[in-house]
Amino acid sequence: MKTNMETGTNLPTSSPPKSTIGILGWLKQNLFNNWYNSILTILSVLVLYFALKGTLTWVFTTAQWDIVADNFRLFMVGQFPVEEIWRIWLALSLVSLLFGLSAGIWRGTNLHLSVVLMGIYLIHILASFTSVNTKMWLGINIAILVVSFFTGPRIPKHKVVTILGWFLAFPITIFLVNGFGVLPEVSTNLWGGLLLTLLISIIAIVFAFPIGILLALGRTSKLPIIRYFCIFFIEFVRGIPLITVLFMAMLLLPLFLPEGIEINNVLRVMVACTLFTSAYMAENVRGGLQSIPNGQYEAAKAIGLNPIQSMTFIIMPQALRAVIPAIVGQSISMFKDTSLVAIVGLADILGIAQAVKSNPDYLGRIMEAYLFVALAYWVIAYSMSYASRRLEKQLGVGER
Amino acid sequence: MAKRKHAFSLLLASIFLSFSLLLVACSDDGSSDETASSDDTEDTASSAEEGDSTLDTVKERGNLVLGGNNQLPGFGYVNEDGDYEGFDIDFGRAIAAAIFDDPSAIEVRPLSADERFTALQTGEVDVLIRNTTWTTTRDTDLGTHFAPTTFYDGQGLMVRKDSGITSVEDLEGATIGVETGTTTELNLADQFRKLGIEYEQQVFDDSDALVAAYEQGSVDAWTTDKSGLVSRQATLSDPEAHVILDETLSKEPLGPTVRQGDDQWFNIVKWITFATMEAEELGITSENVDDFLDSDNPVVRRLLGDEGELGAMLGLPNDFAYRVIKHVGNYGEIYNRHLGPDTVFGLERGVNSLWTEGGLLYSPPFR
Repeated sequence: MKTNMETGTNLPTSSPPKSTIGILGWLKQNLFNNWYNSILTILSVLVLYFALKGTLTWVFTTAQWDIVADNFRLFMVGQFPVEEIWRIWLALSLVSLLFGLSAGIWRGTNLHLSVVLMGIYLIHILASFTSVNTKMWLGINIAILVVSFFTGPRIPKHKVVTILGWFLAFPITIFLVNGFGVLPEVSTNLWGGLLLTLLISIIAIVFAFPIGILLALGRTSKLPIIRYFCIFFIEFVRGIPLITVLFMAMLLLPLFLPEGIEINNVLRVMVACTLFTSAYMAENVRGGLQSIPNGQYEAAKAIGLNPIQSMTFIIMPQALRAVIPAIVGQSISMFKDTSLVAIVGLADILGIAQAVKSNPDYLGRIMEAYLFVALAYWVIAYSMSYASRRLEKQLGVGER
Repeated sequence: MAKRKHAFSLLLASIFLSFSLLLVACSDDGSSDETASSDDTEDTASSAEEGDSTLDTVKERGNLVLGGNNQLPGFGYVNEDGDYEGFDIDFGRAIAAAIFDDPSAIEVRPLSADERFTALQTGEVDVLIRNTTWTTTRDTDLGTHFAPTTFYDGQGLMVRKDSGITSVEDLEGATIGVETGTTTELNLADQFRKLGIEYEQQVFDDSDALVAAYEQGSVDAWTTDKSGLVSRQATLSDPEAHVILDETLSKEPLGPTVRQGDDQWFNIVKWITFATMEAEELGITSENVDDFLDSDNPVVRRLLGDEGELGAMLGLPNDFAYRVIKHVGNYGEIYNRHLGPDTVFGLERGVNSLWTEGGLLYSPPFR
């Protein structure tokens, strides 16, 4: 090329030499551009080959996945009574409906997540081990997802309805799962599997958020009792690991309670997780509050807002926006931390894996069960972090 | 300002102090209550009837809450349908069958090893049947009563057949794998110190990692309760290549446990357990129990409630043993169902045979 320019003649442009374009060219430029890179490349490929070969051979030939297939219901909902399982399906349908509506109205991230949900449904419909009943419910869920996606934007006041729906979804789900006497009550002892994992983490995240905001405000408060109480609580909780909080909830709390008062063990764990997360949430929110320049407070005062108004309308929205990544990170880590409840004897998805591997029919298949659990955790945690990344972009966090 | 700060720290200190006082007070209350109530019952056996007895609570609730294990092959686990199954669970079902004539009237509360005694003491569970070894400390300090032992276990060692090891003495200098935090770890150290054998110990957090290490050959032998060794042997890639040494390193009598302070309930659990053994001794099974109903043998008639008021004395229907045998079976049936030759474990009865066959199971007479 260079010679052409220098001579100035209009030679017909020839394509670059084959060694610099296409796959070969890319390989040469990036992987084999000098002798030590070439050696490194060959070594890495060899290591990768043997590692992958071992893994894939195990996954597709040695592993016996029937421990997952046969116990699939247990992994999902634990020992929830079969005759009441429609309630969980109904709750899931509600979630599908809301996902469909959100995807139809806002597109973007909601649409991506709905596609993932749809993919999960489809995989389970096609899987050979799910029962006809399950396939029917999955089909209904897919239909709901699709229909709500297309009709969502045409519903009057669709945005208000959907947001309201998301807020109501949580209490409705809890009501459906428990029954509270209106429907036959399902004891928390029977909640298990992925259902319990999700319930504990959602409750911890949802309740920890407002408590965390209050604690953060309390910590910056000018009233000494409130401030010192908040500092004490936050630093105390942050100073101990979650597992000790869980042990305390399981072992000490029952001993301290007066006779006759019994707090259900699932509830104890939920409270423990909520309080634990709220301390971290509080520190995240405080970080956001500190990032707000004093001018904002003064400006709020100048236009005559009282402290509550200025907090609600000026400070908090900005502060929370700044710490979305930290809050989502905390939520993801809480979701993963719920696996610790298996140690204190609850049957979350990990606890179920441990109970199932003790079935004499599946002795020694623990790897398969654990891998499946890991996959389930990964899909959910990754979806959460993906959603948060998109949200950050939309809100322009970190761009100012 | 300095003065105010001082005041705050005083305030903080007083909050701390009152909080810790509260905790101390609470724990004091708990322990004094406990000792008081257990003293009461030791003095007057009838005190249980005055208060809210466990039997009444169970009857009112409509089911038995059993503290169990959901992670021990053969003894307690969750089957594909989500139901609990296992040797320990079946003894819980026997109690439910005796009280409600319905072996499914139980709610199993899976408990971790640390949590089990707290759950029993605080009344969260009615009975604890979770492969719990009967020891002096547990029987006294932890405020529990042990019903008759349902399974006599003992710690054993597994080695590879081709290693040439045939007894504990051959393990000089060997690497032995053990689960951390268990009594097996302590027993191993005790026994080998007694015999003066040098060995290297490798500890593992869970049994799966331990077995995997043993199969890969990074430990020469591994140890746990013999029932555990047998159940694990079945899952090794080549079960025939391994052997369990004959020596038993420790005694592990496992049985149902109830809290102190309710002697009626203790008697109920005790005699229901004995009933399964007595039934096996008399040859009564879940299948032929109806044929025994018109038996002329007074021993059988008393057991099944055709004669005498044995059930009423316990606060149960007179035919409680009939219900247990009908729904759950005798001891031998329970054993064979979960651990016997037709299962993957194929565990020999050994010391868990009736006394008439040279074992340790011995039921006092029902009369």
